[in-house]
Amino acid sequence: MKSKVKHEVPKGLDFQRLILRLQEFWAERGCVLQQPYDVEVGAGTMHPETFLRVLGPEPYRVAYIQPSRRPADGRYGENPNRLYKHMQLQVILKPAPADVQDVYLASLRAIGIDLRRHDIRFEEDNWESPTLGAWGIGWQVLLDGLEITQFTYFQQCGGIDLDPVSVELTYGLERIAAFLQGVDNVFDLRWSADRTYGQVRLAEEQQFSVYSFEQADTDTTRQLFDLSEKEAERLLRSYLDQDAEGKRRFPVLAAYDLCLKCSHLFNLLDSRGAISTTERAALIGRVRALACRVAAIYLEQQSSTASRSENAQVAS
Amino acid sequence: MKGASEFLLEIGCEEIPAGMIAHAAQELQVILEKYLTSANLLDRAKIETFGAPRRLVAMASGLRTVQADVTREVTGPPKSVAYDSVGQPTRAAESFAAKQGVPVASLHTVSTPRGEYLAAKQVERGRPARQILSEVVPRAIREIPWPRSMYWTTADGLRFIRPIRWIVALLDGQPLQFEIDGLKPAKFSAGHRFLGKARVAVSGPRDYERRLRSCYVLARPADRRKKIEKEIHALTVRKGLRAHSDPGLTELVTYLNEYPSVILGDFDPGYLDLPQEILVTVMRDHQKYFAVENARGEIAPHFLAVINLASDSGGVVRAGHERVLRARFADARFFWQADQKCRLADYLPRLASVTYESRLGSYHDKVERMRWLSRWLAEQWFNSGIPQSSVAEADRAAELAKCDLVTDMVREFTELQGIVGGLYAKAQGEPEEVSWAIYDHYRPVGPEDQIPRNYTGCAVAMADKLDALVGCFAAGMIPSGSSDPFALRRAALGVVKIILERKLPLSLSATVAAAGKALATHAPKMRVTPQVERQVLEFLLDRTRYILRERMGFAYDEVSAALAAGADDLVDAVRRLEALKSIRRTKNFEPLAVSFKRIRKILEKAGPASTWRGSAVHPEVFTDTAERDLHRAATEVARKSSELKKAGKYREALQEIAELRPAVDRFFDEVLVMAEDENVRKNRLTLLAELLSEFSTIADFSEIASGEGR
Repeated sequence: MKSKVKHEVPKGLDFQRLILRLQEFWAERGCVLQQPYDVEVGAGTMHPETFLRVLGPEPYRVAYIQPSRRPADGRYGENPNRLYKHMQLQVILKPAPADVQDVYLASLRAIGIDLRRHDIRFEEDNWESPTLGAWGIGWQVLLDGLEITQFTYFQQCGGIDLDPVSVELTYGLERIAAFLQGVDNVFDLRWSADRTYGQVRLAEEQQFSVYSFEQADTDTTRQLFDLSEKEAERLLRSYLDQDAEGKRRFPVLAAYDLCLKCSHLFNLLDSRGAISTTERAALIGRVRALACRVAAIYLEQQSSTASRSENAQVAS
Repeated sequence: MKGASEFLLEIGCEEIPAGMIAHAAQELQVILEKYLTSANLLDRAKIETFGAPRRLVAMASGLRTVQADVTREVTGPPKSVAYDSVGQPTRAAESFAAKQGVPVASLHTVSTPRGEYLAAKQVERGRPARQILSEVVPRAIREIPWPRSMYWTTADGLRFIRPIRWIVALLDGQPLQFEIDGLKPAKFSAGHRFLGKARVAVSGPRDYERRLRSCYVLARPADRRKKIEKEIHALTVRKGLRAHSDPGLTELVTYLNEYPSVILGDFDPGYLDLPQEILVTVMRDHQKYFAVENARGEIAPHFLAVINLASDSGGVVRAGHERVLRARFADARFFWQADQKCRLADYLPRLASVTYESRLGSYHDKVERMRWLSRWLAEQWFNSGIPQSSVAEADRAAELAKCDLVTDMVREFTELQGIVGGLYAKAQGEPEEVSWAIYDHYRPVGPEDQIPRNYTGCAVAMADKLDALVGCFAAGMIPSGSSDPFALRRAALGVVKIILERKLPLSLSATVAAAGKALATHAPKMRVTPQVERQVLEFLLDRTRYILRERMGFAYDEVSAALAAGADDLVDAVRRLEALKSIRRTKNFEPLAVSFKRIRKILEKAGPASTWRGSAVHPEVFTDTAERDLHRAATEVARKSSELKKAGKYREALQEIAELRPAVDRFFDEVLVMAEDENVRKNRLTLLAELLSEFSTIADFSEIASGEGR
């Protein structure tokens, strides 16, 4: 039975204008507009602009789009709601402002949602990423029953208690666009004035589904996982032998990239059904161990940089 | 001045998880009562607490405005030292008065057991309630216990369930003086997030609810629930529909909305070909919608959503919810079809890579053990005259029972485990006995839940639970206190409930031993010691006692008496228990029970049985008529009662035994058991011992409490 009610926003924002509006909204509120990370990630949280920036005391505000790959969620482009890769808008506000819920709701108004005419609620949903040693407390935000945002007060990241607390807002852009446009199938979304989401992305969905469910060679993928892990470990181990200058120059960001690679390769193995539940816990533990060491080194570098610049200020 | 003050506290939060609000409100009440009682401010006033998603509220009228003054008597030096021979105060008296800050003339004397002493009256002025509340309210806020709290500013900031954003704390309309995490109490509450004013002035308990209601917040859960129920009724009744009853969901949506309204939405009737269980689960667990039924109790293509708005103008919200549900149902249909591209049994090998518990192997291992134990159980029942119990079907159902764990449907809707397997089995042509057995085998999931509907389901359900019990106990994972991660108490309760309600003929000890054997002979071949078996048995008996007392309403002593006479065959134990209950109020029974208790005491006092117990009673040694008569009566009653017992007529057997009372009474009136003559004495003790054991096979009467005590 088709609903008899026409959607109230017949000309809902197309996908790219939705992105532009939200970016503009957050840029006006003091966010650095960053770009997507160029290593495969499963969520915007894994971008170093979140994973590393939330550590330590430095205030920071950032917003960026992050295409997020979840190999097991691929459906060959045949399912109207599930995607191998979806787009998140990720916002980090550090420290968390006291009116953060109101600011978030204002961003929904900015994309044309009349809050007084829709059923908007914050329902308990605590977020956790075992591979990153990260978790937070918060909600999923529902708009007329549709989950559109994950709203999290970060408590821990890389196994480190956060101080101050950052708030993380993760917008599910396809869902919001589908809502605004009144579309049931993600591939029917208008991406731009004359292109649909399907025209832009369908082939990618099909091919990566084929690869992750059928073609990815599990032995090779495992080897790639082991190699990335080994290189990350070699690098991280070498940090211990560095002098102060060596520590300052240490490429912890490169170690983190390798850790991200492990995480993606793990997801790929998982979608191939190559991981038993026992092994799963072990592999997640290995990635988390890397992430936690990266976080610790990053924090150490930050605090030594901070103390050096303080010293410099005192001297001048 | 006593006065009656009015107190209002509102802790304004970002959205508190719906399932925690009611409990937190209760805790807040207990904590505030504790503080106000110990400060003597409560008198007869009551503190009321309740909550909504963005607020916890406490209010009280009739608090004392000021604490009562307290007069204390402080004793000083003995009177003999305090006054000299002419009755003038000494230095001791003067310094005591000085220390107490009172004139010497105001001192008086008190008599104590040690003599007369000097004393001073000290009046402690009561403190104003405002002062005390300003101290205890922030403490109370910090003390509310939460399952998982958070911090939201810095690591040393306040911890609470979600960030606190405002506090209203008023005594007689004026804010209290305190600060918690940078917040000070004010007179302003907040209305509905979108419909009401952001700042609502309130003055106390009298206008709080009214003011909030005008800003679209129903602060009291009862008001919200009433609105929900009324609107559900109005939306359904005219169309001949009704909401699928779901008290848990009603409670949840009551705490998910500050101003709940109900809308009725539709879905494509084409989805009605999906099983009802799946439709209801998708609606309830994922969308928090009530399913809707027609007059025949079938699911109708509608749903009821509770929204946090005053109305849905133009059906905009409804259209949104309908679209979301459409996507959810499309997913469910995709899983339903994708999962069945292969048969249920084809999922079996995959269970080898799913860990059940690290020491207890994979689910594949568990299935092998369950198959063996299910067959064993089915065979027991078949051999005990239950022809419906089929070993082959029990084996097949156990083999397929866990396959759905690796299907997409159960990965998405974990709460449908078992049910999905049963539905797939049915759709794929497994016999009905087998598909229902798979469907039901997690049951009962609690004391209120039903047991599996057929024997095969009972066998698989018991095998599943017994394997968990014996396995976890053998691996040392024994529940203690609130820690019971494998829900073993529930498993044990399930086993007992199935046996009792299905009236299954089984030896409990043999069943536990069989579960142990399954674990010892199948991977991971874990050894199960007799001690572990005894622990499991005791754990099961503990749950049995709970069910018999709390669920079936038997008295404590009746349960002890019946189980003391045998607890291996639980069905038999319940039959004996029922007979005992029905007879205990008859005239002879309790007095006889008192006599049995006396017998047991006499025998205990007589020392170890080996020192006095004869091989049999020797009538020729009797000296008194009363003992001869008792022996005769007992022999006769024993003959009759044992025949009745064999025929399962426990009540009649107990009636027979109760007839012994006059003979027993006369025996105790006329005969001295501990006679001088050793032979006579031993013979009498032996008579009593035989009496006790002979007549304790249905219930141990000496466990029965006499009189009305239960």
